[in-house]
Amino acid sequence: MNTLYAISDGLVIARRNIIKIKRVPEVLVFVLLSPIMFVLLFAYVFGSAIPIAGGSYREFLMAGIFAQTVIFGATFTGAGLAEDMQKGIIDRFRSLPMSRAAVVMGRTASDVIYNLLSLLIMALTGLVVGWRIRGSLIDALAGFGLLLLFSYAVSWMMALVGLSVPSPEVVNNASFMVIFPITFIANTFVPSENFPTVLRVFAEWNPVSSVAHATRTLFGNIPPGTPEPTAWPLQNAVLYTIIWAGIIIAVFAPLAVRRYTKAAKKG
Amino acid sequence: MQNIIEATGLVKRYGEVVALDGLDLSVREGTVVALLGPNGAGKTTAVSILTTLIEPDDGTATVAGVDVLAEPAEVRKLIGLSGQYAAVDEHLSGFENLDMIGRLYRLGRKKARTRARELLERFDLTDAADRSVKTYSGGMRRRLDLAGALVAESPVLFLDEPTTGLDLPSRRELWRIIRDLVKRGSTLLLTTQYLEEADRLADDVLVIDNGKAIAQGTTDDLKDLVGGQRIEVKVKVSEKVPAAREVLGRVAVGELHDDERPRVVVAPITGGAPVLARVLADLEAEDVEVTDVVLRRPTLDDVFLALTGHATEPEEDRSEKATTRKRGQA
Repeated sequence: MNTLYAISDGLVIARRNIIKIKRVPEVLVFVLLSPIMFVLLFAYVFGSAIPIAGGSYREFLMAGIFAQTVIFGATFTGAGLAEDMQKGIIDRFRSLPMSRAAVVMGRTASDVIYNLLSLLIMALTGLVVGWRIRGSLIDALAGFGLLLLFSYAVSWMMALVGLSVPSPEVVNNASFMVIFPITFIANTFVPSENFPTVLRVFAEWNPVSSVAHATRTLFGNIPPGTPEPTAWPLQNAVLYTIIWAGIIIAVFAPLAVRRYTKAAKKG
Repeated sequence: MQNIIEATGLVKRYGEVVALDGLDLSVREGTVVALLGPNGAGKTTAVSILTTLIEPDDGTATVAGVDVLAEPAEVRKLIGLSGQYAAVDEHLSGFENLDMIGRLYRLGRKKARTRARELLERFDLTDAADRSVKTYSGGMRRRLDLAGALVAESPVLFLDEPTTGLDLPSRRELWRIIRDLVKRGSTLLLTTQYLEEADRLADDVLVIDNGKAIAQGTTDDLKDLVGGQRIEVKVKVSEKVPAAREVLGRVAVGELHDDERPRVVVAPITGGAPVLARVLADLEAEDVEVTDVVLRRPTLDDVFLALTGHATEPEEDRSEKATTRKRGQA
Protein backbone atom coordinates (compact mmCIF):
# COMPACT_ATOMS: atom_id res chain seq x y z
CA MET A 1 0.00 0.00 0.00
CA ASN A 2 2.79 2.41 0.96
CA THR A 3 4.66 1.63 -2.24
CA LEU A 4 1.55 2.31 -4.29
CA TYR A 5 1.06 5.66 -2.58
CA ALA A 6 4.73 6.49 -3.09
CA ILE A 7 4.39 5.77 -6.80
CA SER A 8 1.15 7.72 -7.30
CA ASP A 9 2.45 10.70 -5.28
CA GLY A 10 5.77 10.40 -7.11
CA LEU A 11 3.93 10.64 -10.41
CA VAL A 12 2.18 13.84 -9.27
CA ILE A 13 5.58 15.35 -8.45
CA ALA A 14 7.12 14.08 -11.70
CA ARG A 15 4.24 15.65 -13.61
CA ARG A 16 4.89 18.96 -11.90
CA ASN A 17 8.59 18.77 -12.85
CA ILE A 18 7.71 18.02 -16.45
CA ILE A 19 5.38 21.03 -16.61
CA LYS A 20 8.34 23.07 -15.40
CA ILE A 21 10.52 21.76 -18.25
CA LYS A 22 7.96 23.22 -20.65
CA ARG A 23 7.64 26.50 -18.72
CA VAL A 24 11.38 27.16 -18.48
CA PRO A 25 12.62 26.11 -21.91
CA GLU A 26 15.94 27.93 -21.35
CA VAL A 27 17.07 25.08 -19.12
CA LEU A 28 16.20 22.54 -21.76
CA VAL A 29 18.05 24.48 -24.46
CA PHE A 30 21.16 24.51 -22.30
CA VAL A 31 20.81 20.81 -21.53
CA LEU A 32 20.62 20.02 -25.21
CA LEU A 33 23.25 22.44 -26.49
CA SER A 34 26.09 21.44 -24.23
CA PRO A 35 26.28 17.82 -25.45
CA ILE A 36 26.25 19.04 -29.05
CA MET A 37 29.16 21.28 -28.18
CA PHE A 38 30.98 18.41 -26.51
CA VAL A 39 30.55 16.11 -29.48
CA LEU A 40 31.80 18.73 -31.91
CA LEU A 41 34.73 19.84 -29.76
CA PHE A 42 36.01 16.36 -29.08
CA ALA A 43 35.36 15.07 -32.58
CA TYR A 44 37.22 17.86 -34.29
CA VAL A 45 39.79 19.01 -31.71
CA PHE A 46 40.94 15.71 -30.21
CA GLY A 47 39.74 13.60 -33.10
CA SER A 48 42.56 14.82 -35.29
CA ALA A 49 45.24 13.92 -32.74
CA ILE A 50 44.09 10.68 -31.10
CA PRO A 51 44.61 7.58 -33.21
CA ILE A 52 42.43 4.52 -32.54
CA ALA A 53 43.87 1.25 -33.81
CA GLY A 54 41.72 -0.09 -36.63
CA GLY A 55 38.91 2.44 -36.20
CA SER A 56 37.97 6.09 -36.06
CA TYR A 57 38.15 8.28 -32.99
CA ARG A 58 34.67 9.63 -33.56
CA GLU A 59 33.21 6.15 -33.29
CA PHE A 60 35.25 5.52 -30.15
CA LEU A 61 34.33 8.89 -28.70
CA MET A 62 30.53 8.76 -28.82
CA ALA A 63 29.99 6.17 -26.08
CA GLY A 64 32.32 8.16 -23.83
CA ILE A 65 30.43 11.40 -24.45
CA PHE A 66 27.13 9.63 -23.85
CA ALA A 67 28.42 8.33 -20.52
CA GLN A 68 29.79 11.67 -19.38
CA THR A 69 26.69 13.60 -20.41
CA VAL A 70 24.19 11.39 -18.63
CA ILE A 71 26.28 11.54 -15.47
CA PHE A 72 26.35 15.32 -15.66
CA GLY A 73 22.63 15.15 -16.39
CA ALA A 74 22.13 13.54 -12.99
CA THR A 75 23.25 16.77 -11.32
CA PHE A 76 19.91 18.27 -12.41
CA THR A 77 18.29 16.14 -9.77
CA GLY A 78 20.44 17.69 -7.08
CA ALA A 79 20.06 21.22 -8.38
CA GLY A 80 16.28 20.81 -8.72
CA LEU A 81 15.87 19.56 -5.16
CA ALA A 82 18.17 22.25 -3.77
CA GLU A 83 16.05 24.84 -5.54
CA ASP A 84 12.83 23.37 -4.13
CA MET A 85 14.34 23.52 -0.65
CA GLN A 86 15.40 27.10 -1.10
CA LYS A 87 12.02 28.20 -2.44
CA GLY A 88 10.23 26.67 0.55
CA ILE A 89 8.01 24.35 -1.50
CA ILE A 90 9.61 21.34 0.21
CA ASP A 91 8.13 22.63 3.47
CA ARG A 92 4.70 22.60 1.87
CA PHE A 93 5.24 19.04 0.61
CA ARG A 94 6.48 17.94 4.01
CA SER A 95 3.35 19.26 5.69
CA LEU A 96 1.12 17.21 3.36
CA PRO A 97 -0.02 13.66 4.09
CA MET A 98 1.95 12.39 1.09
CA SER A 99 4.55 9.67 0.83
CA ARG A 100 7.94 10.67 2.23
CA ALA A 101 9.67 9.10 -0.76
CA ALA A 102 7.57 10.80 -3.43
CA VAL A 103 9.41 14.09 -3.88
CA VAL A 104 12.77 12.43 -4.49
CA MET A 105 11.22 9.61 -6.51
CA GLY A 106 9.34 12.04 -8.70
CA ARG A 107 12.43 14.13 -9.25
CA THR A 108 14.72 11.25 -10.21
CA ALA A 109 12.02 9.92 -12.53
CA SER A 110 11.36 13.21 -14.33
CA ASP A 111 15.07 13.81 -14.79
CA VAL A 112 15.26 10.66 -16.91
CA ILE A 113 13.40 12.74 -19.52
CA TYR A 114 16.19 15.32 -19.63
CA ASN A 115 18.68 12.53 -20.17
CA LEU A 116 16.57 10.83 -22.79
CA LEU A 117 16.31 14.08 -24.75
CA SER A 118 19.99 14.87 -24.49
CA LEU A 119 20.89 11.31 -25.61
CA LEU A 120 18.64 11.78 -28.63
CA ILE A 121 20.23 15.10 -29.59
CA MET A 122 23.73 13.72 -29.06
CA ALA A 123 23.00 10.67 -31.17
CA LEU A 124 21.80 12.90 -34.01
CA THR A 125 24.88 15.10 -33.73
CA GLY A 126 27.00 11.96 -33.68
CA LEU A 127 25.37 10.70 -36.86
CA VAL A 128 26.15 14.05 -38.52
CA VAL A 129 29.86 13.85 -37.64
CA GLY A 130 30.16 10.28 -38.87
CA TRP A 131 29.27 8.03 -35.91
CA ARG A 132 27.29 4.93 -36.85
CA ILE A 133 25.56 2.17 -34.91
CA ARG A 134 27.12 -1.00 -36.32
CA GLY A 135 25.45 -3.55 -34.08
CA SER A 136 21.83 -4.67 -33.98
CA LEU A 137 18.98 -2.29 -33.10
CA ILE A 138 18.19 -4.31 -29.98
CA ASP A 139 21.77 -4.02 -28.78
CA ALA A 140 21.74 -0.29 -29.46
CA LEU A 141 18.52 0.15 -27.48
CA ALA A 142 20.06 -1.89 -24.68
CA GLY A 143 23.02 0.50 -24.80
CA PHE A 144 20.78 3.55 -24.37
CA GLY A 145 18.87 1.74 -21.63
CA LEU A 146 22.09 1.04 -19.76
CA LEU A 147 23.09 4.71 -19.98
CA LEU A 148 19.72 5.80 -18.59
CA LEU A 149 19.84 3.21 -15.82
CA PHE A 150 23.26 4.36 -14.69
CA SER A 151 22.32 8.03 -14.74
CA TYR A 152 19.10 7.22 -12.87
CA ALA A 153 21.23 5.62 -10.16
CA VAL A 154 23.59 8.61 -10.00
CA SER A 155 20.48 10.83 -9.70
CA TRP A 156 19.77 9.31 -6.29
CA MET A 157 23.30 10.17 -5.21
CA MET A 158 22.80 13.72 -6.42
CA ALA A 159 19.43 13.90 -4.67
CA LEU A 160 21.21 13.39 -1.35
CA VAL A 161 23.70 16.12 -2.28
CA GLY A 162 20.93 18.49 -3.36
CA LEU A 163 19.01 18.05 -0.10
CA SER A 164 22.14 18.61 1.96
CA VAL A 165 23.50 21.85 0.49
CA PRO A 166 22.29 25.41 0.97
CA SER A 167 21.79 26.40 -2.68
CA PRO A 168 21.58 24.93 -6.20
CA GLU A 169 24.85 26.58 -7.23
CA VAL A 170 26.70 24.52 -4.64
CA VAL A 171 25.40 21.32 -6.24
CA ASN A 172 26.84 22.31 -9.58
CA ASN A 173 30.20 23.36 -8.20
CA ALA A 174 30.59 20.40 -5.88
CA SER A 175 29.56 17.81 -8.43
CA PHE A 176 31.73 19.36 -11.11
CA MET A 177 34.79 18.73 -8.96
CA VAL A 178 33.93 15.07 -8.56
CA ILE A 179 32.38 14.27 -11.93
CA PHE A 180 35.14 15.74 -14.03
CA PRO A 181 37.94 13.52 -12.70
CA ILE A 182 35.69 10.45 -12.51
CA THR A 183 34.57 10.78 -16.09
CA PHE A 184 38.07 11.56 -17.34
CA ILE A 185 40.03 8.88 -15.45
CA ALA A 186 38.22 6.28 -17.52
CA ASN A 187 38.16 5.02 -21.05
CA THR A 188 35.61 7.68 -21.99
CA PHE A 189 37.70 9.92 -24.22
CA VAL A 190 40.93 7.99 -24.71
CA PRO A 191 41.76 4.29 -24.35
CA SER A 192 42.98 3.66 -20.82
CA GLU A 193 45.56 0.93 -21.59
CA ASN A 194 48.45 3.35 -21.63
CA PHE A 195 47.55 5.24 -18.43
CA PRO A 196 50.14 5.12 -15.60
CA THR A 197 49.47 1.97 -13.50
CA VAL A 198 47.52 3.60 -10.66
CA LEU A 199 45.26 5.51 -13.01
CA ARG A 200 44.87 2.48 -15.26
CA VAL A 201 43.67 0.26 -12.42
CA PHE A 202 41.33 3.03 -11.24
CA ALA A 203 40.03 3.42 -14.78
CA GLU A 204 39.46 -0.32 -15.17
CA TRP A 205 37.36 -0.52 -12.01
CA ASN A 206 35.69 2.85 -12.54
CA PRO A 207 32.02 2.17 -13.38
CA VAL A 208 32.15 5.05 -15.86
CA SER A 209 34.56 2.94 -17.90
CA SER A 210 32.25 -0.04 -17.79
CA VAL A 211 29.31 2.14 -18.88
CA ALA A 212 31.34 3.53 -21.78
CA HIS A 213 32.79 0.14 -22.72
CA ALA A 214 29.44 -1.63 -22.53
CA THR A 215 27.68 0.93 -24.72
CA ARG A 216 30.64 1.04 -27.11
CA THR A 217 30.33 -2.72 -27.48
CA LEU A 218 26.54 -2.63 -27.82
CA PHE A 219 26.76 0.06 -30.51
CA GLY A 220 29.33 -2.05 -32.37
CA ASN A 221 31.89 0.73 -32.10
CA ILE A 222 34.83 -1.45 -31.10
CA PRO A 223 36.97 -2.00 -34.22
CA PRO A 224 37.46 -5.67 -35.14
CA GLY A 225 40.81 -6.99 -33.99
CA THR A 226 40.88 -4.87 -30.82
CA PRO A 227 42.30 -7.08 -28.04
CA GLU A 228 39.84 -8.17 -25.33
CA PRO A 229 40.20 -6.12 -22.14
CA THR A 230 42.06 -7.93 -19.38
CA ALA A 231 40.21 -6.43 -16.41
CA TRP A 232 37.13 -8.26 -15.13
CA PRO A 233 34.86 -5.17 -14.94
CA LEU A 234 35.46 -4.46 -18.62
CA GLN A 235 35.09 -8.09 -19.65
CA ASN A 236 31.68 -8.07 -17.94
CA ALA A 237 30.89 -4.45 -18.55
CA VAL A 238 27.08 -4.74 -18.72
CA LEU A 239 26.85 -6.85 -15.58
CA TYR A 240 29.36 -4.65 -13.72
CA THR A 241 27.39 -1.52 -14.64
CA ILE A 242 24.09 -3.02 -13.50
CA ILE A 243 25.66 -4.11 -10.21
CA TRP A 244 26.96 -0.60 -9.61
CA ALA A 245 23.62 0.98 -10.46
CA GLY A 246 21.91 -1.43 -8.05
CA ILE A 247 24.36 -0.71 -5.24
CA ILE A 248 24.13 3.06 -5.73
CA ILE A 249 20.32 3.00 -5.61
CA ALA A 250 20.25 0.62 -2.65
CA VAL A 251 22.59 2.86 -0.66
CA PHE A 252 21.51 6.33 -1.70
CA ALA A 253 17.74 5.99 -2.09
CA PRO A 254 17.15 5.39 1.64
CA LEU A 255 19.72 8.06 2.56
CA ALA A 256 18.09 10.63 0.25
CA VAL A 257 14.59 9.87 1.55
CA ARG A 258 15.84 10.05 5.14
CA ARG A 259 17.50 13.36 4.39
CA TYR A 260 14.24 14.64 2.89
CA THR A 261 12.24 13.79 5.99
CA LYS A 262 14.70 15.75 8.13
CA ALA A 263 15.35 18.53 5.65
CA ALA A 264 13.73 21.53 7.28
CA LYS A 265 14.61 24.91 5.96
CA LYS A 266 16.67 26.78 8.52
CA GLY A 267 15.31 29.90 10.16
CA MET B 1 -13.99 22.58 26.13
CA GLN B 2 -11.48 20.39 24.39
CA ASN B 3 -8.08 21.76 23.33
CA ILE B 4 -7.47 20.89 19.70
CA ILE B 5 -3.86 22.05 19.84
CA GLU B 6 -1.91 21.41 23.00
CA ALA B 7 1.81 21.90 23.49
CA THR B 8 3.82 21.62 26.67
CA GLY B 9 7.37 22.70 27.35
CA LEU B 10 8.55 22.91 23.75
CA VAL B 11 12.28 23.44 23.46
CA LYS B 12 14.22 23.85 20.23
CA ARG B 13 17.85 24.85 19.91
CA TYR B 14 19.86 25.62 16.80
CA GLY B 15 23.43 25.30 18.06
CA GLU B 16 23.86 28.16 20.54
CA VAL B 17 20.58 29.82 19.60
CA VAL B 18 17.57 28.86 21.68
CA ALA B 19 14.56 29.27 19.39
CA LEU B 20 12.03 27.87 21.85
CA ASP B 21 12.63 27.83 25.56
CA GLY B 22 9.79 25.84 27.11
CA LEU B 23 6.76 27.11 25.22
CA ASP B 24 3.31 26.08 26.44
CA LEU B 25 0.36 26.59 24.17
CA SER B 26 -3.26 25.55 23.93
CA VAL B 27 -5.96 26.27 21.39
CA ARG B 28 -9.63 25.43 21.92
CA GLU B 29 -11.55 23.90 19.06
CA GLY B 30 -13.20 26.43 16.77
CA THR B 31 -11.21 29.42 18.02
CA VAL B 32 -8.51 31.61 16.51
CA VAL B 33 -5.31 32.04 18.47
CA ALA B 34 -2.60 34.45 17.41
CA LEU B 35 1.02 33.92 18.33
CA LEU B 36 2.24 37.46 18.60
CA GLY B 37 5.89 38.34 18.79
CA PRO B 38 8.78 40.06 17.08
CA ASN B 39 10.92 38.52 14.41
CA GLY B 40 12.99 35.72 15.93
CA ALA B 41 10.68 35.19 18.91
CA GLY B 42 10.16 31.54 17.95
CA LYS B 43 6.77 31.78 16.24
CA THR B 44 7.77 29.98 13.07
CA THR B 45 9.66 27.35 15.04
CA ALA B 46 6.53 26.64 17.09
CA VAL B 47 4.41 26.30 13.95
CA SER B 48 7.06 24.08 12.33
CA ILE B 49 6.94 21.70 15.29
CA LEU B 50 3.13 21.57 15.37
CA THR B 51 3.01 20.92 11.62
CA THR B 52 5.64 18.12 11.90
CA LEU B 53 8.28 19.95 9.85
CA ILE B 54 10.81 19.82 12.66
CA GLU B 55 11.12 17.88 15.90
CA PRO B 56 11.48 19.65 19.23
CA ASP B 57 14.49 18.90 21.44
CA ASP B 58 12.12 18.62 24.36
CA GLY B 59 8.42 18.87 25.15
CA THR B 60 5.25 17.32 23.76
CA ALA B 61 2.52 18.44 21.42
CA THR B 62 -0.77 17.07 20.17
CA VAL B 63 -3.05 18.18 17.36
CA ALA B 64 -6.65 16.91 17.62
CA GLY B 65 -5.40 14.47 20.21
CA VAL B 66 -2.73 13.01 17.92
CA ASP B 67 0.88 13.17 19.11
CA VAL B 68 2.98 15.11 16.57
CA LEU B 69 6.13 13.20 17.48
CA ALA B 70 4.65 9.71 17.61
CA GLU B 71 2.27 9.93 14.66
CA PRO B 72 3.33 12.77 12.36
CA ALA B 73 1.70 11.13 9.33
CA GLU B 74 -1.70 11.17 11.07
CA VAL B 75 -1.24 14.81 12.07
CA ARG B 76 -0.55 15.79 8.46
CA LYS B 77 -3.97 14.47 7.47
CA LEU B 78 -5.60 16.93 9.87
CA ILE B 79 -3.76 20.15 9.12
CA GLY B 80 -3.40 22.83 6.47
CA LEU B 81 -0.31 25.05 6.48
CA SER B 82 0.35 28.35 4.82
CA GLY B 83 3.93 29.45 5.30
CA GLN B 84 5.64 32.72 5.88
CA TYR B 85 7.12 32.86 2.40
CA ALA B 86 4.49 31.88 -0.10
CA ALA B 87 5.33 28.25 -0.82
CA VAL B 88 3.75 27.88 -4.20
CA ASP B 89 5.51 26.83 -7.37
CA GLU B 90 6.04 29.91 -9.46
CA HIS B 91 6.42 28.03 -12.73
CA LEU B 92 3.05 26.35 -12.36
CA SER B 93 -0.26 28.14 -12.81
CA GLY B 94 -2.53 28.84 -9.88
CA PHE B 95 -4.78 25.99 -10.91
CA GLU B 96 -1.88 23.55 -11.32
CA ASN B 97 -0.58 24.42 -7.86
CA LEU B 98 -3.89 23.75 -6.13
CA ASP B 99 -4.62 20.69 -8.25
CA MET B 100 -1.23 19.24 -7.30
CA ILE B 101 -1.81 19.89 -3.60
CA GLY B 102 -5.27 18.31 -3.87
CA ARG B 103 -3.82 15.18 -5.40
CA LEU B 104 -1.14 15.00 -2.76
CA TYR B 105 -3.89 15.21 -0.11
CA ARG B 106 -5.26 12.24 -2.10
CA LEU B 107 -8.60 13.80 -2.92
CA GLY B 108 -8.55 11.97 -6.23
CA ARG B 109 -8.16 13.47 -9.68
CA LYS B 110 -11.69 14.76 -10.12
CA LYS B 111 -12.21 16.12 -6.63
CA ALA B 112 -8.79 17.83 -6.74
CA ARG B 113 -9.75 19.71 -9.89
CA THR B 114 -13.16 20.80 -8.66
CA ARG B 115 -11.69 21.90 -5.38
CA ALA B 116 -8.94 23.89 -7.13
CA ARG B 117 -11.50 25.74 -9.30
CA GLU B 118 -13.69 26.39 -6.26
CA LEU B 119 -10.86 27.91 -4.25
CA LEU B 120 -9.60 30.03 -7.14
CA GLU B 121 -13.09 31.42 -7.49
CA ARG B 122 -13.44 32.08 -3.79
CA PHE B 123 -10.05 33.83 -3.59
CA ASP B 124 -10.77 35.95 -6.63
CA LEU B 125 -8.06 34.30 -8.74
CA THR B 126 -10.23 32.85 -11.49
CA ASP B 127 -8.93 35.25 -14.13
CA ALA B 128 -5.34 34.38 -13.25
CA ALA B 129 -6.04 30.66 -12.76
CA ASP B 130 -4.16 29.47 -15.81
CA ARG B 131 -1.36 31.99 -15.72
CA SER B 132 1.99 31.04 -14.28
CA VAL B 133 2.33 32.19 -10.66
CA LYS B 134 5.45 34.14 -11.64
CA THR B 135 3.13 36.80 -13.06
CA TYR B 136 1.14 37.13 -9.78
CA SER B 137 1.45 40.08 -7.42
CA GLY B 138 2.58 39.53 -3.84
CA GLY B 139 -1.00 39.64 -2.59
CA MET B 140 -2.18 37.12 -5.21
CA ARG B 141 0.61 34.71 -4.25
CA ARG B 142 -0.38 34.92 -0.59
CA ARG B 143 -3.98 34.25 -1.47
CA LEU B 144 -2.95 31.24 -3.51
CA ASP B 145 -0.72 30.01 -0.70
CA LEU B 146 -3.60 30.39 1.73
CA ALA B 147 -5.87 28.55 -0.68
CA GLY B 148 -3.28 25.74 -0.65
CA ALA B 149 -3.82 25.35 3.09
CA LEU B 150 -7.57 25.01 2.57
CA VAL B 151 -7.56 22.39 -0.19
CA ALA B 152 -8.42 19.46 2.04
CA GLU B 153 -10.77 21.39 4.35
CA SER B 154 -8.51 20.38 7.21
CA PRO B 155 -9.97 20.88 10.67
CA VAL B 156 -6.85 22.69 11.96
CA LEU B 157 -5.16 25.51 10.05
CA PHE B 158 -1.78 27.09 10.63
CA LEU B 159 -1.04 30.45 9.03
CA ASP B 160 2.49 31.66 9.54
CA GLU B 161 2.62 35.45 9.15
CA PRO B 162 -0.04 35.48 6.45
CA THR B 163 0.26 39.20 5.71
CA THR B 164 3.91 40.06 6.39
CA GLY B 165 5.35 42.17 3.60
CA LEU B 166 1.99 42.93 1.97
CA ASP B 167 0.65 46.40 1.26
CA LEU B 168 -2.40 47.59 3.14
CA PRO B 169 -5.09 46.76 0.55
CA SER B 170 -3.78 43.21 0.15
CA ARG B 171 -3.54 42.85 3.89
CA ARG B 172 -7.16 43.95 4.31
CA GLU B 173 -8.23 41.52 1.61
CA LEU B 174 -6.50 38.65 3.41
CA TRP B 175 -8.04 39.67 6.71
CA ARG B 176 -11.45 39.53 5.09
CA ILE B 177 -10.73 36.02 3.78
CA ILE B 178 -9.41 34.82 7.12
CA ARG B 179 -12.40 36.22 9.02
CA ASP B 180 -14.60 34.39 6.57
CA LEU B 181 -12.75 31.14 7.30
CA VAL B 182 -13.25 31.63 10.98
CA LYS B 183 -16.99 32.01 10.49
CA ARG B 184 -17.01 28.60 8.87
CA GLY B 185 -15.75 27.19 12.13
CA SER B 186 -12.13 26.35 11.41
CA THR B 187 -9.65 26.24 14.24
CA LEU B 188 -6.83 28.55 13.38
CA LEU B 189 -3.39 29.24 14.79
CA LEU B 190 -1.80 32.25 13.18
CA THR B 191 1.46 34.02 13.85
CA THR B 192 1.88 37.73 13.43
CA GLN B 193 4.01 40.68 14.38
CA TYR B 194 1.09 43.07 14.29
CA LEU B 195 -1.15 43.62 17.26
CA GLU B 196 -3.74 45.08 14.91
CA GLU B 197 -3.83 41.84 12.95
CA ALA B 198 -4.25 39.80 16.11
CA ASP B 199 -6.88 42.30 17.22
CA ARG B 200 -8.92 41.89 14.07
CA LEU B 201 -8.68 38.13 13.76
CA ALA B 202 -7.97 36.37 17.02
CA ASP B 203 -10.07 35.35 20.01
CA ASP B 204 -6.96 34.86 22.07
CA VAL B 205 -3.43 36.14 21.81
CA LEU B 206 -0.28 34.51 23.09
CA VAL B 207 2.61 36.94 23.26
CA ILE B 208 5.95 35.25 22.88
CA ASP B 209 9.45 36.55 23.24
CA ASN B 210 12.75 34.67 23.20
CA GLY B 211 10.94 31.37 22.80
CA LYS B 212 8.65 31.75 25.80
CA ALA B 213 5.06 32.81 26.34
CA ILE B 214 5.08 36.06 28.27
CA ALA B 215 1.36 36.88 28.26
CA GLN B 216 -1.91 35.36 27.17
CA GLY B 217 -5.38 36.77 26.85
CA THR B 218 -7.76 38.58 24.56
CA THR B 219 -6.40 41.60 22.72
CA ASP B 220 -8.36 43.81 25.10
CA ASP B 221 -6.68 42.15 28.06
CA LEU B 222 -3.31 42.89 26.50
CA LYS B 223 -4.15 46.48 25.79
CA ASP B 224 -5.36 46.96 29.33
CA LEU B 225 -2.14 45.41 30.48
CA VAL B 226 -0.13 48.12 28.79
CA GLY B 227 -2.44 51.08 29.36
CA GLY B 228 -5.33 52.42 27.33
CA GLN B 229 -3.81 54.81 24.78
CA ARG B 230 -0.68 56.63 23.81
CA ILE B 231 -0.08 60.27 23.09
CA GLU B 232 2.87 60.90 20.87
CA VAL B 233 4.24 64.41 20.52
CA LYS B 234 6.92 65.58 18.17
CA VAL B 235 8.48 68.85 19.28
CA LYS B 236 9.77 71.36 16.76
CA VAL B 237 13.07 72.22 18.49
CA SER B 238 15.02 69.90 20.77
CA GLU B 239 15.41 72.60 23.49
CA LYS B 240 11.70 72.21 24.19
CA VAL B 241 11.81 68.43 24.78
CA PRO B 242 12.13 68.77 28.59
CA ALA B 243 9.13 71.13 28.65
CA ALA B 244 7.09 68.67 26.56
CA ARG B 245 8.08 65.83 28.90
CA GLU B 246 6.94 67.88 31.84
CA VAL B 247 3.54 68.54 30.23
CA LEU B 248 3.02 64.91 29.25
CA GLY B 249 4.18 63.78 32.67
CA ARG B 250 1.10 65.44 34.18
CA VAL B 251 -1.27 63.10 32.33
CA ALA B 252 0.84 59.93 31.93
CA VAL B 253 -0.38 56.81 33.72
CA GLY B 254 3.04 55.20 33.56
CA GLU B 255 6.56 56.17 32.66
CA LEU B 256 7.16 58.39 29.68
CA HIS B 257 9.40 56.97 27.06
CA ASP B 258 11.58 58.56 24.48
CA ASP B 259 11.19 57.13 21.06
CA GLU B 260 14.14 56.22 18.84
CA ARG B 261 12.94 59.08 16.62
CA PRO B 262 14.42 62.47 17.54
CA ARG B 263 12.28 64.97 19.51
CA VAL B 264 9.46 62.48 20.00
CA VAL B 265 7.96 61.91 23.45
CA VAL B 266 5.43 59.16 24.10
CA ALA B 267 3.10 59.02 27.09
CA PRO B 268 0.78 56.17 28.07
CA ILE B 269 -2.58 57.62 29.09
CA THR B 270 -6.16 56.69 29.79
CA GLY B 271 -9.10 58.94 29.07
CA GLY B 272 -8.65 59.59 25.36
CA ALA B 273 -9.55 62.80 23.59
CA PRO B 274 -10.19 65.10 26.59
CA VAL B 275 -6.69 64.29 27.82
CA LEU B 276 -5.32 65.12 24.40
CA ALA B 277 -7.13 68.47 24.47
CA ARG B 278 -5.61 69.23 27.85
CA VAL B 279 -2.13 68.29 26.64
CA LEU B 280 -2.48 70.55 23.61
CA ALA B 281 -3.63 73.48 25.77
CA ASP B 282 -0.76 72.93 28.21
CA LEU B 283 1.79 72.73 25.43
CA GLU B 284 0.42 75.98 24.04
CA ALA B 285 0.66 77.59 27.48
CA GLU B 286 4.26 76.41 27.91
CA ASP B 287 5.08 77.78 24.47
CA VAL B 288 6.09 74.38 23.08
CA GLU B 289 5.71 74.23 19.33
CA VAL B 290 4.82 70.78 18.03
CA THR B 291 4.98 69.38 14.51
CA ASP B 292 3.03 66.17 15.16
CA VAL B 293 0.54 64.98 17.73
CA VAL B 294 -0.94 61.49 17.73
CA LEU B 295 -3.46 59.80 19.96
CA ARG B 296 -3.38 56.07 19.34
CA ARG B 297 -4.01 52.59 20.71
CA PRO B 298 -0.99 50.66 21.95
CA THR B 299 1.06 48.94 19.30
CA LEU B 300 2.97 45.70 19.55
CA ASP B 301 5.99 47.79 20.45
CA ASP B 302 4.16 49.23 23.42
CA VAL B 303 3.05 45.79 24.55
CA PHE B 304 6.58 44.58 24.27
CA LEU B 305 8.05 47.52 26.01
CA ALA B 306 5.61 47.03 28.84
CA LEU B 307 6.05 43.28 29.10
CA THR B 308 9.75 42.85 28.45
CA GLY B 309 11.34 46.24 28.79
CA HIS B 310 12.75 46.00 25.29
CA ALA B 311 11.32 47.11 21.98
CA THR B 312 10.67 44.84 19.03
CA GLU B 313 12.97 44.85 16.08
CA PRO B 314 12.09 47.73 13.75
CA GLU B 315 9.92 46.64 10.85
CA GLU B 316 12.30 48.13 8.24
CA ASP B 317 15.07 45.71 9.23
CA ARG B 318 12.75 42.82 8.65
CA SER B 319 11.53 43.74 5.20
CA GLU B 320 15.10 44.47 4.22
CA LYS B 321 16.08 40.98 5.28
CA ALA B 322 13.21 39.56 3.31
CA THR B 323 14.32 41.46 0.22
CA THR B 324 17.92 40.34 0.52
CA ARG B 325 16.69 36.84 0.90
CA LYS B 326 14.56 37.06 -2.20
CA ARG B 327 17.43 38.50 -4.16
CA GLY B 328 19.63 35.69 -2.95
CA GLN B 329 17.17 33.23 -4.41
CA ALA B 330 16.91 34.88 -7.79
